[in-house]
Amino acid sequence: MTKLVDNHKLAAKLLLGVSLMFGFGFALVPLYDVFCRVTGINGKVDLTPGAYLAGATSSRSIKIQFIAVNNQTMPWKFKPKVPSMKVKLGQTYQTAYLAVNMTENDMVAQAVPSVSPSAAAAYLQKVDCFCFNRQPLAAGEQKEMGLAFNILPGMPEYIKTITLSYTLFDITVADGKELASAQQ
Amino acid sequence: MTPSTEQIVSKDIEGQAVQATGFEDHHGPAKGFSRWLYTTNHKDIGSMYLWFSLAMFMTGGCMALLVRLELFQPGLQFLEPEFFNQMTTMHGLIMVFGAVMPAFVGLANWMIPMMIGAPDMALPRLNNWSFWILPFAFSMMLMTLFMDGGGPNFGWTFYAPLSTTFAPPSVTFFIFAVHMMGISSIMGAINVIVTILNMRAPGMKMMKLPLFVWTWLITAFLLILVMPVLAGVVTMMLMDIHFGTSFFSAAGGGDPVLFQHIFWFFGHPEVYIMILPAFGIVSEIIPTFSRKKLFGYSSMVYATSSIAFLSFIVWAHHMFTVGIPLAGELFFMFATMLIAVPTGVKVFNWVATMFRGSMTFETPMLFAIAFVVLFSIGGFSGLMLAIAPADFQYHDTYFVVAHFHYVLVPGSIFSIMAGVYYWLPKWTGNYYDEKMGKLHFWLSFIGINITFFPMHFVGLAGMPRRIPDYALQFADFNAISSVGAFVFGFSQLLFIYNVVCCIRKRNQASKQVWEGANGLEWTLPSPAPYHTFTTPPKVD
Repeated sequence: MTKLVDNHKLAAKLLLGVSLMFGFGFALVPLYDVFCRVTGINGKVDLTPGAYLAGATSSRSIKIQFIAVNNQTMPWKFKPKVPSMKVKLGQTYQTAYLAVNMTENDMVAQAVPSVSPSAAAAYLQKVDCFCFNRQPLAAGEQKEMGLAFNILPGMPEYIKTITLSYTLFDITVADGKELASAQQ
Repeated sequence: MTPSTEQIVSKDIEGQAVQATGFEDHHGPAKGFSRWLYTTNHKDIGSMYLWFSLAMFMTGGCMALLVRLELFQPGLQFLEPEFFNQMTTMHGLIMVFGAVMPAFVGLANWMIPMMIGAPDMALPRLNNWSFWILPFAFSMMLMTLFMDGGGPNFGWTFYAPLSTTFAPPSVTFFIFAVHMMGISSIMGAINVIVTILNMRAPGMKMMKLPLFVWTWLITAFLLILVMPVLAGVVTMMLMDIHFGTSFFSAAGGGDPVLFQHIFWFFGHPEVYIMILPAFGIVSEIIPTFSRKKLFGYSSMVYATSSIAFLSFIVWAHHMFTVGIPLAGELFFMFATMLIAVPTGVKVFNWVATMFRGSMTFETPMLFAIAFVVLFSIGGFSGLMLAIAPADFQYHDTYFVVAHFHYVLVPGSIFSIMAGVYYWLPKWTGNYYDEKMGKLHFWLSFIGINITFFPMHFVGLAGMPRRIPDYALQFADFNAISSVGAFVFGFSQLLFIYNVVCCIRKRNQASKQVWEGANGLEWTLPSPAPYHTFTTPPKVD
């Protein structure tokens, strides 16, 4: 009889392990985000506005390239105002992306940035960015979406070129749902 | 080598021994279908697992043959590309979750209690339940093929967003099927651990356990650690599809790469779940037919444990090309290569066991030796794939297909066949037809090498996997592969015929069955009675 109790006790312990591991699977989601943010790998960019830096503190300059990507079925015209810039480290620059809503419907978009090489992500600061907010455009409307950024001086020497890419997502449906629930 | 006097005696008095040691059945199995539905007997459940696995092996095999039929020539001949995708996906899922894993659980059910001197598994009702979930899970999975939009078509690895945003509507049924088989394996694993830790006969110390039992203990721990993670990842998919979350959708702030990390955190230990019990089986068979003790028993145990540990820190070698940082690539590359060390210890031990043994080559031994040789080939191509910079060339080509089929078919599948041939006389009380067994072996051996060896070449030359059409220069090798696949596929009918004959025809096996066999299961009469070791044996 004690044997049977032992068996059930051990089985219960193992079952506890199973539920912990099920939880661990979900815990991997925030862990992954934290890990990516701390290490700056994955090209994920900090989405909080950075400080405005005035004069260049270093004579080093690098090239920054701008890329625009439309996700899946996103029908807008979306492109950078200039394809690339030469920038000095520690100084704030301004540029913009152009977006045209080519459809006959009012739409809302969200841009998600990514930086390559990923080691540069931690040094690219955005003072102001259209990716901080949702971007609504009426049918046929066009807009110049501003971007102000600087590159922190501590960036590793081997990085000579940074690519900043924005992917534009259609979030009209999700945005509408949220509005509806907010109004209720 | 002559059999020892002890063995001769045990054969001669077999009839009396049954009565003297009290193995007679107090009550036999119930009659009819309810016997199988309600059974809590480890032998019945083991048999059901093995039959189920055989059915799935043939189902998944037919799908593989459809794939090879389409790939026999370039261009599209027989299958629509959409259906081709469903076949590659379902072949993978069914072989992994329906054929290989249940077969090992079936062997565990049959053999573990008999090997450690226990009367049954520790949790017999749970055991019944873990089996009976499976037919329902796989019916649900196979049903998806007849639904609108077809079955899963996103590869057995079901990467998001292909399996979420772009999946056919039947993906929900696929998710529930995965949940059910996950529950089944977890319950099976709990049962195995409790049985091994609590039910050993007096004197059966941990370091005396047969290696099959050891490898299964470690496998069961792997199952408990990673199957819940698989359940978690499919649950996240379900929520992304139906409840508006964005775990894997970049538009909502999620990350598709996260899916790959979580999936392979499950997926890499999973591939060891499919090979560790195989290590155990060949470690039983090779000593028997070499008539020597296994070389380096304790190093085998430690090597298995280190492989299990390493399996948790190498998952990203499946995703070298997603853009992980250099430090990550290096870490996962070296960690992966490290696995070659314990695996090399094992191969060395098997070879050393055979060295100067008085070997005979019955069917189980042939399969076991083929396992050692061909699994090593699969291991070497694995080492090539582990080299991160080279992997950018090999990734998603037929080289990968060749690699994992070399470790899974002549690895896991051959070991299962070896195990079935090895223990079949103990289960049925009859010897199988040795000539037919050898024919089955040679056809399988030749068949799989013709099928998978050319895939190395077309892979290195750049043929991508999972595509129903290919460039003309790959035509010859693909035609050869397809011929091999049909030879291998149809030779399995011999195996089924042989097993059925072995159950029906009387060709009485002795208690010892194999001259050089050692272990508690060989002290039982053949066929093993319905209830065994109701009074635990003494082990010294």
